[in-house]
Order: sequence, then structure tokens, then C-alpha cells
Amino acid sequence: MAWASPPVRKQILGTRAVANWDEDALTMGVEAARSCLGPSSGEPQRELDPQSLLFCSTTSPFADRDSAVVLNAALGFADSVETLNLASSLRAGTGGLIAAARRVGTRTLIVASDARPTRAGSPQELTYGDAAAAMLVGPSSPAALAAIVAVHSVGSDFVDHYRMSGAGFDYALEERWVRDESLTTLVPKAVAELLSAAGCGSESVRHFAVAAGAATAKRIADACGLGSARRNETVLNDCGDAGAALPLLLLSAALEDAQPGELILLAGIGQGVDAILLQAHAGVSNRDPVLARTLARRREEPSYVRYLSHRGLLDVDFGMRAERDQRTAHSVAYRKRRALTGFTGGRCRRCGTVQFPPSRLCVNPECRAADTQAPYRLADSGGRVKTFTEDWQAYAARPPYVYGNIEFAEGGNLLMEITDIDSGELQVNDAVRFVFRIKDEDRARGFRRYFWKATKA
Amino acid sequence: MASGIKDKVVIAGMGCSRFGERWSCGPDDLMVEAFDEAIGDAGLERDRIEAAWLGVFFDEQSTGKSSLPMSMALRLPNIPTTRVENLCATGTEALRGAVYAVAAGACDIALAMGVEKLKDTGFGGLPERTKGTFEDLYLPSSTAPGAFAQLASAYAERYKITMPELKRAMAHISCKSHENATRNPKAHLRNRITEQQVLDAPAVSYPLGVLDCCGVSDGAACAIVTTPAIARSLGKRDLVSVQALQLAPSNGVEMGHQSWDGTHTLTTPLAAQRAYREAGILNPREQIDLIEVHDCFSITELVLMEDLGLSDLGRAPHDVLDGRYDRDGSIPCQIDGGLKCFGHPIGATGLRMAYEIYLQLLGRAGDRQLRARSGRGPSIGLTHNLGGIPNRNIASVSILGLLAA
Repeated sequence: MAWASPPVRKQILGTRAVANWDEDALTMGVEAARSCLGPSSGEPQRELDPQSLLFCSTTSPFADRDSAVVLNAALGFADSVETLNLASSLRAGTGGLIAAARRVGTRTLIVASDARPTRAGSPQELTYGDAAAAMLVGPSSPAALAAIVAVHSVGSDFVDHYRMSGAGFDYALEERWVRDESLTTLVPKAVAELLSAAGCGSESVRHFAVAAGAATAKRIADACGLGSARRNETVLNDCGDAGAALPLLLLSAALEDAQPGELILLAGIGQGVDAILLQAHAGVSNRDPVLARTLARRREEPSYVRYLSHRGLLDVDFGMRAERDQRTAHSVAYRKRRALTGFTGGRCRRCGTVQFPPSRLCVNPECRAADTQAPYRLADSGGRVKTFTEDWQAYAARPPYVYGNIEFAEGGNLLMEITDIDSGELQVNDAVRFVFRIKDEDRARGFRRYFWKATKA
Repeated sequence: MASGIKDKVVIAGMGCSRFGERWSCGPDDLMVEAFDEAIGDAGLERDRIEAAWLGVFFDEQSTGKSSLPMSMALRLPNIPTTRVENLCATGTEALRGAVYAVAAGACDIALAMGVEKLKDTGFGGLPERTKGTFEDLYLPSSTAPGAFAQLASAYAERYKITMPELKRAMAHISCKSHENATRNPKAHLRNRITEQQVLDAPAVSYPLGVLDCCGVSDGAACAIVTTPAIARSLGKRDLVSVQALQLAPSNGVEMGHQSWDGTHTLTTPLAAQRAYREAGILNPREQIDLIEVHDCFSITELVLMEDLGLSDLGRAPHDVLDGRYDRDGSIPCQIDGGLKCFGHPIGATGLRMAYEIYLQLLGRAGDRQLRARSGRGPSIGLTHNLGGIPNRNIASVSILGLLAA
């Protein structure tokens, strides 16, 4: 796109995270939450399961259909979990963190996620990123990574950028105006109030995580007296500005860098500032470097044209197969919601056979007993490829369409789509894990539906 | 105690339309074309038919629902008509209805008609269809080639054969069928092809290329069946009788249980064993003179040789390349050109297979006529259909033979 705009040329070398065609804010949120929590048994609330779930996003796929409820079901948690959605502000993630911190004694899972549409040739195309981060907040425990020490929040209707409901893209105003008129006055003021309330000086802050571009972040840090605090650069360099998820990604990076006892100051920005002071606890010493691992596990997208197609910015002719009517029978989707959203099959109490979908009669030819299956969650299991093909004829957003018979680790079989894969990469016997993704879209009626897919483990 | 269908019902006459991209024909034209031949072959009047079965699969792309399209196209005299559908085994299912009605003594003369008009969809390939309101929510939107292609990856892995070796055997299968179709004026494709052309053909679904896949075409075929006594009263001397008609559908094991390894069809061996028992065949490899099997894709035919018990497990590639199933081999397969050269008008295919066996047994197959090892004509033939996909299907096996005098 360098031919279209000179400013873009300056930023031509770099990396940003791009969601695959079958990912959106909701699917990324599921993935981040699973990474945060580890496997769920699918049984009604265990001791450490969240009691409350906050889904924080400016790009939730549905303007009105509860994403937090879908997220909760995809994680296999009970309907009794309190579900909330925070939207419409880049401070949705930090707002969620603050809300969770104020609810003393409650275990809350905050999932902040954004898949940010950008116009071709825009500066945002190069600086935004698609990502999700999840954090579990609750009563103190020996394994805790950090404690929230103080919070200070201020709103300011400074329209640095905006997006009307239903609009496709953000509209951004001049960066220099934003930096000089708002950020380098608003943030330092909020930080000063925060530190005053906490009773510590700026020199005691070891890590500063501010949701702004590198150059602006430096100006803000200097203006706050936090110039010598450590600032992470990999998140913006390798991922990009992931909207509501950015502050939590930056916090995650700080926690992967911090020593026990060190102070971390997090500043989320979005028509205001959420300033949060945290202290790292002993748990950071053996912290699992999940952010570093996630950034390292990337796949390259070499085709800009395919990227445009996946973002809906290029109307590619996929032929008559793509005309297929994808109508959803919603009464069926509701009746089978546990199987579909929770990837929950059945385990026969008589013969132990695991099967998907769950059925009235056991699939084991030696058993076939009636009404003996207990729910059995397969999402956190794994499997191996028994057969597969690369279908060039089927409609696929990213040909070839790869699918095959997957044998679950605990037994059972399912014909599944395999995602995050290109031609020639799959073999029989490859190990797979399962991910929650967009299955397809009903363009005639405007409905997106989801299911689980296999991907190489 | 049931004794099976063997020799209770014979074929009085058969008809088969030319298969192909019949742009100027609708399903009614195709039915009339096949029916006219069958009535002439049987030597009886239309109004002597007392019941009829219609097999058509993609009704939403052609005829619409129920058996009425046949009753109306043929102006049958308000006799009982039934529409049947069992995926790609639909044609054989229609035959089954007609045969059972005559065997039960419910009527004397019955018609089985199979028709499919696939070329009104507006594009090449099979039309997209729902797999069920629930199934659409969790199954991949697989295509027929994609579903069957999977047999190859699992087969190669299990029997430790390299993909290039397997593809050579698959290519031989396609070439053999094309060679046979050069002698068949009713086939859609009648050109010779080479193994190299098959190997070089554009990819459809790994590892299948264009020439590993049967085409999409239109066609109809039908059979008029009756009792041996009535057939003789029509002046018939050599009679082709139904000696076995068996089905074996999946019940979910392949889809959902770990016991299926993906290298074969679970159902075909079951249908075949039942059919051999029903027909009194103890040694299929010796006793069956010719076979018409469901070669929707080359890999399917390969695997079916083992599933029908004609090749040992893991040995089909060798036997194929050895020529066992070629025209001059010991068990000619697809002597008429098969699905590969006729295409697969789904409702018609099972009856088109029966049509070729019927002609061969009566010595009326012209340039394609086979001689058995004994020097006489063939006396027993087998048809096989596989409706659906390896994961979830209906296998049908029929055995037709010359009625002993």
C-alpha cells in the first residue's frame, strides 16, 4: 500500500497481529480465557471457577446478543455465572479490571478482546492489532501474581477517535493534537492523583504500562516522572494496538518481567484514563510466560490480497458454491447448545464410550444402551488425525478447505474442520487440539455461527 | 421362515437412456426414453404394469417431491406408485421395492424407475445441500470428493503404501473404465485417457484429481420385473433373475466410534456377505463373472475390491495393477464404463448397473460382450452402490444371474 500514502511508507517494516478469517473478538476471547484458566471439567462450578465473567470489547460481533453468555458456555461454565458485557470504549478492559477489583470476595474473569477493522491504506492498518487477554481477579491466594493497590479513573470526552454504531471503521484525528492537548496532560494528572492516593512517589514505580504508541508513551512517561520505569515494546511491535485488550496485554507483559514486590502502573486510555497501581506478588517468580509463547507461535500471512478478502475489504468471487443458504434452525441450535457451544459430548455410564454428539443410544456397537450418557466436555481434550483431505472444490474463505476424521484421545470420532493450516502441512497421525471458531455466516439474514475446530497441537 | 429373494423374481425388460449432459431433456424426457426401451424389450403393454417405484435423489433440483413425476410423465393408469430415496443406492432401492412386491405376490408385474436431472443447477459439480438442521451446525461442509478422498490418506498410512504408488493404482482404475466405455454408445465419456493424464490432472481434493472423479450427468434407467412364469408366458427363454438384494446402512459407528479406522467402508462387507449367502455363492472370486461397483472416485473402487471380498486386505492396489479387474481380467469391473464414464445421475445409477449385467447375461452387450472362463457367456453379475460418504452411508449389493432352466 506504500503507493497510496507517503506516511505509510515510513512504517513499512513491522509486524501486526491479524485474526484468521474464522476468528473474531468472541473466539479470541474464548481462546484467551482458556489459556488463563486451564481445562474446565464441564461439571457445575468447581471451587476455583469464576463466579462472574466480564466480556470487554469495542468489536463484539453482536450489537445485541449476549457475547459474555456465549463465552461462558464455550468455557463450559454453569448458567449461574454472572455475565456482563462492557463495550463502546477502549477502556472496557481496564474498566473491567477496576470493576472486578471493587467486588471484594468475588472471583471474576475479565476477558478483553478486539478484532479491529481497518481501511486499506490507513495508518491504522499498520498499527492496530487483533488480540485478546484474560485475567482472573479474586480474593488473595498464594499463587496470586499481583494485587491491586490503588485505582484512579477520570473521563474526558476528548474525541481522539470514534466509531458510530454500525460503522465499519474508526475515524482518527491528528496524532500530534491528541498527544499534546490530551495525553500528556490528562495521563500525568491521573497518575499523580493515583500515586498520591497510594502514598508513593513516581520513583517507586518499576514498570509503566500505558496504552499508547511508542513515541507517545515515552512523552507520557516523561511527563509523569516515570521516564526510568521499564516499558514493554514487544506487544506493540509484534501485535499492535489491540484496542480494549491492549492494556491487559501490556499488564501481562509487565507481569512476565516483574519481580515480587515491584510496583506496576497501568494506564488505559479511551476518552479518559484508568490508572491502576499494582504490586507484583510471589507468584510472578514461576509465572508461565504465556504472552511470550503466544507471540512466538505466530503464522505468517504472506498475501495482502487474501488478508483484504478475509477482512471483507475485497469482494472475491468464490463461485456458486458460496451461494449456499446458511440458515440456522435456532430452535435446534438452542436444544443442542451444550453440544455446540460447549463441545460437550456424552460418556456412556455403562461401557465408558465417549461420543459426540451425545445421543439417546450409545454408539458403541457392543453397547447401544439407552439414556446412559453423562455430559463429557471435549473442548479441552485432544486427538489425532485419522483421515484428512484438502478440498479445493468446496467453498472456503481460505482454500483449500481442510477436514478429516479426528479420533479423540479418550476415544470417539468426529469429522471436523481443521483450521490455521495450509496445503501440505497435515499428515495422518498428527496430534490436534480444539479451538472455538466461526463456522460460517448467514449473509442473507445476518447471523454468524460458531463451532469447534481442530488445529495442530 | 424367510428364504430370501433368490430366483423368485425375474427381469422382463430393461431400458437405459443415454447418459450425459442432456441439455435438451428434462427428467420426464429421460424417463420416457428409458421406459420406451424397457416396454419394447419386455414385449408387454404399459397398462399391464400394476405398481411402480420411482428413485430420484435431488428432487429439489429436478422433479419435485413424491412419485407423481413418474406417474405423470409415463401416464400410468393411476396404479400405486412410490418414491424412494437412499442416497446413491436409490436406484437399487427402487428395484428392491418392485422386486419385493412381485415376490410377495402383491402384484404380478412391477416397474422400477431411476432418474436424475443434475444439469439444471447452473454450475458444474453436485449442488450444495443441507445435511440436516442439526448436522449443518457442527459438521464440515464437505463435498463428495473431499469425503471419499479421505479413504486414501488412511489407506496409505495403514498399509504403508506411498501416495504416488496408490495414485498409480487409482489412475489404472480410471483408465480401465475409459477403455471400456469406448465400446458403449450410452456412456457420457467415451475417450481413452492415459495414466499420466490422470496423475497430471488438476487437484480436486487431495489426493484426488479431476480424472479420479466421476462426472455429473443426467440419465434414467428402469426395469420391469415379474414372476418367472409370467416371463415365460411372454415368450422369454433365457431369464435373468434377482438372486440377492441386500442393504447395509451405517448406524453411527463410523461417524462417532473409534473402532472404524477410515480405510474402508464398514457397510459393504456386511451387504456383500448377506448377498453372497442369499444367492448361495460360496466363492465370490470364482463364481462372480462381472461386477459393477460404486466408482464415484477411483479410490472408492479400489477399496471396494477388498470390501467385497474380491481382493485381500491391503492387496487391491496390486490386484488392480495386475489387471484382475480389467476387461480381460478374471473379474471385469465396470465393463460398461462405470460411474466414471456414465457420470452419476444418482437415482438412475443402480439401475444402469443392473442394465449392463442384464445385457451381458443375455449375450446382448455387443462390442462389450464378455465370455466367462468356461467359454460361455457370464452367468452371474454383481452390482454395488454406496450412498453417502465413507463415514455415513448405505451399501447395497445385488446379484443377478441366469435362472437355471
